[in-house]
Amino acid sequence: MKYLDEFRDPELAKKYIGLIKGITTKPWTIMEICGGQTHSLVKNGIIDVLPKEINMVHGPGCPVCVTPVHLIDKAVFLAKQENVILCSFGDMIRVPGSVMSLAKAKSEGASVKVVYSPLEAVTIAQKNPEKEVVFFAVGFETTAPANALSVIQADKMGVKNYSILTSHVLVPPAMEAILGAEDNKIQGFLAAGHVCTVMGYEEYFSIAKQYKTPMVVTGFEPLDLLQGIYMLVKQLEEGRIDVENQYSRIVKREGNVEAQKTIFEVFEIKDRDWRGVGTISNSGYEIKEKYSQYDADKKFAIKIEKAEENAECIAGEILKGNKKPFECIHFGKKCNPEHPLGAPMVSSEGACAAYYHFSSDVFELM
Amino acid sequence: MCLAIPGKIEKIDNTFDETFRSAKVSFDGIIRDVNLMMVPEAVEGDYVMVHVGVALNIVDKEEAEQTIKYIKEIGEFDEFERQINGQLPEE
Ligand code: SF4
Repeated sequence: MKYLDEFRDPELAKKYIGLIKGITTKPWTIMEICGGQTHSLVKNGIIDVLPKEINMVHGPGCPVCVTPVHLIDKAVFLAKQENVILCSFGDMIRVPGSVMSLAKAKSEGASVKVVYSPLEAVTIAQKNPEKEVVFFAVGFETTAPANALSVIQADKMGVKNYSILTSHVLVPPAMEAILGAEDNKIQGFLAAGHVCTVMGYEEYFSIAKQYKTPMVVTGFEPLDLLQGIYMLVKQLEEGRIDVENQYSRIVKREGNVEAQKTIFEVFEIKDRDWRGVGTISNSGYEIKEKYSQYDADKKFAIKIEKAEENAECIAGEILKGNKKPFECIHFGKKCNPEHPLGAPMVSSEGACAAYYHFSSDVFELM
Repeated sequence: MCLAIPGKIEKIDNTFDETFRSAKVSFDGIIRDVNLMMVPEAVEGDYVMVHVGVALNIVDKEEAEQTIKYIKEIGEFDEFERQINGQLPEE
């Protein structure tokens, strides 16, 4: 247990590892949906200390990874326009499009700016009235309130040279798509703590019931994950199907109602393409008609053909949890963080990057 | 990018209307502007969980301090610092 000493409470962590071992009698396949949790599970060596019966499968919860390749192409196209400043979260910059990444476009002179918050992009628009500022609005439910708020602020301040290119994905429809697949192997879910901070977990009860799959809303720290896994294995072993909340110090059942109001002021639910996974119905947010002047897709005539995925990268299988990163023949060889073939090797929340950086055992397996 | 990190509301500085309610928030000494629209009940001195410049909820002080301590120990705070300074994440 190389990292155990760094846990918030090593004694408690040991206790939970023991508890999990004590109650596990059968093999269980559990998916953590969120890439932040994947990162933490691999980085902190948790997957190595779990009993071998517990198979942690990594889900599609990396917004950077599931942003379709043609949207990256659109962002690159916009960044190359003379009058456009393209603003983006840092993790998006190195993700390969079909021709190039935003980083490459920037090195060729395109105007790409890394921001921490979409609200900074609104300020950039205010300060550069002669330019069009486009924010690449990627994210799950956690990020949606901020992205929506940027549109509301721009609207209230009369900042007309601001727009967003949206790639918003939603967690519950993805869970349903995974559980509803014919070859589904997932028996229990760790639900993503910060997504539930915003949306609550009311809608998970009907999904758990319909697919007979227990769920535990779980946080990100090693101890949170160990507790969440323990609660989930307990449900599985007892044959219970419930939605429980390990992360109650942060997450309320109803979520943050103000944040939800902000989201639905600006966005409506639409079908969405997930990179590597395909179209999932009602799984994303698009800008409502009312705010269409802030929709970069409508504002600019973007002529981008739908591009083919890089055939060498099996990101779809990784994101659906069908394969682990080390089962990809390019993992750590042709594909590495400096020369990524696919998005899961770029983002810190991507499963391939997490295994590449942190899992020594993986290399022994190769 | 989905990291949410706690900070302390030092000074509420813009109450133009509820959309623009914002504050100077200290993340272990690093001060940044944070929007408070989603936490209308938050007051100066409160700790809030912040994600991409927007406070998503109020957390208690002890919880916030422990989270910060943990995030620093595992090195994720450096990543956060890079993010708020508009730098690229490390490879
Ligand atoms: S290792 Fe690289 S090529 Fe293989 S699935 Fe991951 S990102 Fe794609």
